[in-house]
Amino acid sequence: MLHHLTQPIAAAAPSRRTFLKLTAGAAGGLLLALRLPGQQALAAAGDSFAQPFVHIRADNTILVLSKHLDKGQGIATGLATLVAEELDAAWEQVSVEFAPANAELYKNLFFGMQGTGGSTAMANSFQQYRQAGATARAMLVSAAAKAWSVPAAEIKVSAGTLSHASGKTATFGEMAGAAAAEAIPQDVTLKTPDQWVYIGKSFPRVDTKAKTRGAAGAYGMDQRFDNMLVAVLARPPRFGSTVATVDDAAARALPGVVDVITVPSGVAVLATGTWAAMQGRDALTITWDDSAAEMRSTDAMEAELADLVAKPGLKAHGHGDAAAAMAKAARVIEADYQFPYLAHAPMEPLDITVLFDGSSATFWTGSQFQTIDQMVAGQVLGLTPDKVAINTLWAGGSFGRRAQPDSHYFVEAALIAKTRLAAGHAPQHIKVVWTREDDIRGGYYRPMMRHRVRAGLDANGNLLAWEHRIAGKSIMIGTAMEAFVVKNGIDETMVEGVSNTTYALPAFALEVHATKTPIPVLWWRSVGHTHTAYVMETMIDRLAKEAGQDPVAYRETLLKDDPRKLGVLKLAAEKAGWGAALPEGRYRGVAVHTSFNSHVAEIAEISFREDGTVKVEKVVCAVDCGIPVNPDAIRAQVEGAIGYGLGAILRNEITFTDGEVDQANFDTYQPLRMTDMPLIEVHIVASAEAPTGIGEPGTPPIGPAVANAIAAAKGEWAATLPLSRSGLA
Amino acid sequence: MATSLTLNGEARVIDADPQTPLLWILRDTLGLTGTKFGCGVAQCGACTVHLDGTPVRSCQTVLGDAEGASITTIEGIESPAAAAIRAAWTELDVPQCGYCQSGQIMAATALLTETPKPTDADIDAAMDGNVCRCATYARIRSAIHLAAEKMEG
Ligand code: FES
Ligand code: FES
Repeated sequence: MLHHLTQPIAAAAPSRRTFLKLTAGAAGGLLLALRLPGQQALAAAGDSFAQPFVHIRADNTILVLSKHLDKGQGIATGLATLVAEELDAAWEQVSVEFAPANAELYKNLFFGMQGTGGSTAMANSFQQYRQAGATARAMLVSAAAKAWSVPAAEIKVSAGTLSHASGKTATFGEMAGAAAAEAIPQDVTLKTPDQWVYIGKSFPRVDTKAKTRGAAGAYGMDQRFDNMLVAVLARPPRFGSTVATVDDAAARALPGVVDVITVPSGVAVLATGTWAAMQGRDALTITWDDSAAEMRSTDAMEAELADLVAKPGLKAHGHGDAAAAMAKAARVIEADYQFPYLAHAPMEPLDITVLFDGSSATFWTGSQFQTIDQMVAGQVLGLTPDKVAINTLWAGGSFGRRAQPDSHYFVEAALIAKTRLAAGHAPQHIKVVWTREDDIRGGYYRPMMRHRVRAGLDANGNLLAWEHRIAGKSIMIGTAMEAFVVKNGIDETMVEGVSNTTYALPAFALEVHATKTPIPVLWWRSVGHTHTAYVMETMIDRLAKEAGQDPVAYRETLLKDDPRKLGVLKLAAEKAGWGAALPEGRYRGVAVHTSFNSHVAEIAEISFREDGTVKVEKVVCAVDCGIPVNPDAIRAQVEGAIGYGLGAILRNEITFTDGEVDQANFDTYQPLRMTDMPLIEVHIVASAEAPTGIGEPGTPPIGPAVANAIAAAKGEWAATLPLSRSGLA
Repeated sequence: MATSLTLNGEARVIDADPQTPLLWILRDTLGLTGTKFGCGVAQCGACTVHLDGTPVRSCQTVLGDAEGASITTIEGIESPAAAAIRAAWTELDVPQCGYCQSGQIMAATALLTETPKPTDADIDAAMDGNVCRCATYARIRSAIHLAAEKMEG
């Protein structure tokens, strides 16, 4: 994801420069004074307190404005925790809403623009939101000191109440108006960890209650407005196809169908309701121009990659003279790995509502890159970004899908709205709905990838050399991000997890081949690590066996210079009882991987069903993500990340026949289900390091942990995913 | 053409094409958006409602099928089992994105109403049709067991 713009803020100077450049280049036009509507309205009320991240209302409720999209990962609760902590608020008085699109106020400090991704939300907000809470608290205290004519230092704050030994007390709500008039302090002192009452204590989620009652109005899909039209599009059957001819007579004749509009991404049927729009779409007769389309089948695509990894590629990383070391090897272990295209398939398919009146536009959706969406939509509509408002809504999952460098679903909605207006229709809300088939067949996949690894060993099985080639479509090349993140032709998201491995490889050479295809590709929960961790961890397992060593012990030796990674490996091994005998028919596999600056080790225990398919019984996991702000949220993310990764490695793949996607819905792209879900134990390392990512790092190790468990049973490491291809799922 | 049914305890007459899936009647015509659209082909359970107490996929139930029936949605379910399920869901913070959870809760409530002390196998059978892309399955299972305890106690 965008973590390659950023890298640990203090470290990598080049990456930091590129992200600053992105700020100036892409988002620079936005750094105008954009108004925060909520803030203005509240300020006018006179009895409330409104700062960009914290509003305190006269009724004693506190609103935290989340600059980040919450798509299930729980960041809304996380940010509320930070504010409540420093504010000394009572938990019950805190609620969360999403901040408006305003890059100046709400940028991701790692990206330089407003956006969520790369498991950066907590890491970039940890200081900022605590500061916001502490600032609000200081202003409340100073207002109370004035009102009561007592020294500020004598005022106590606890659970949303200000008090003084003299007996005076006030709720935050009662003091909000006065606090708003106080000067904003420039320096506030944050609590030390021993003073924390909320951080580290597993706060209940702010969104659970609503989500057990249908979450009225929370999601983009549920937006409803008077006189709204719903648009469903007939999308090209192949990537790169365009509309040649449309016969829409039958569609227009259907009840409820209002209009049919052709845009570059397909033919939109606009109707008074979703069902009518879907039926209208079915009634269209369209011929497509395939002259620029991807026409190949999966076999041919795989053959292309197999061909490429057999040839030298672009040098990406390495150290030592791998070729010379390889020449001295007594034995060479070689493996090719093939990974399929994967769809994100978030539970809520894409949707977006637009209202455009010619001089301004408003969107309602689970926007993940608000700044880019605002700019791109503005370009389409001929508006400056400040005339484009985005109401960010809770998203029913994303896993990367909503983080769009090309804002394609904003573009589509904007073009439809623009066409309607140009045809003389009055401005009206239009909701574009993607069906599940549109989602599964709609591209922006985790790219198909192939790896070739050659490990050279001496006569005793010791590692001498590691040669690695990776081929596939780059996520960054060909997008607006390319200029900022691709260096010398290398897209780090293709190689992360291999390029920065901390295994002590004596001599190492990494090469890449970036392929071209009209199939759009995108980051998918943990990005490059989705394939690199699998390759690294299954190869290491294989080398342990070649060396006649225990897989955990073998890793420990190679990881001696990476104490945190070593720490999770040891913790997981201890908790899983690694080395102890297993019941008949059970097998274990281990994997450990670092992504998004967090370290995760997973030990999978499997059995085989009568039909030979794998049942993952249990996963014991150890995670080090720095200070665990909300341990239960961390456990939830890791459980979910394991389930998400497991579903994919078991049976998910997007395949093509003559360029057409073979899968369409959950019957053919079969998601993980209740009966597939293992028992999961998550152990969190107590840490005083700054918080790092947790939305994604649980995903990479599950595939190789399961593959290594299968190898423990069968002696072979699956090199082609998903496992269903080899009858294992 | 009009269809008469009981919706969340209220008698309603709905004037719409009886071939329209109940899902879209609920969401678009009546504004009850708690029932979610996930797949449209009976593969995910996000659209689960109760028809005369039985969980059904509203994307595959047309309005006409509901003639004379009693339909309950996530907005209207208020039985003791539903209360126990919601309490357990809240205690264990089951939802992540939450988009599947209306369907999960409707399916789990039906299970608990029929089978007050479900085994893991009962849970597998009743819940396997409800997809959660956030993979909250482990918590759903624990929460169903917890709700069963709550109802007993
Ligand atoms: S929407 Fe009805 S089962 Fe998926
Ligand atoms: S909670 Fe996100 S799909 Fe279930």
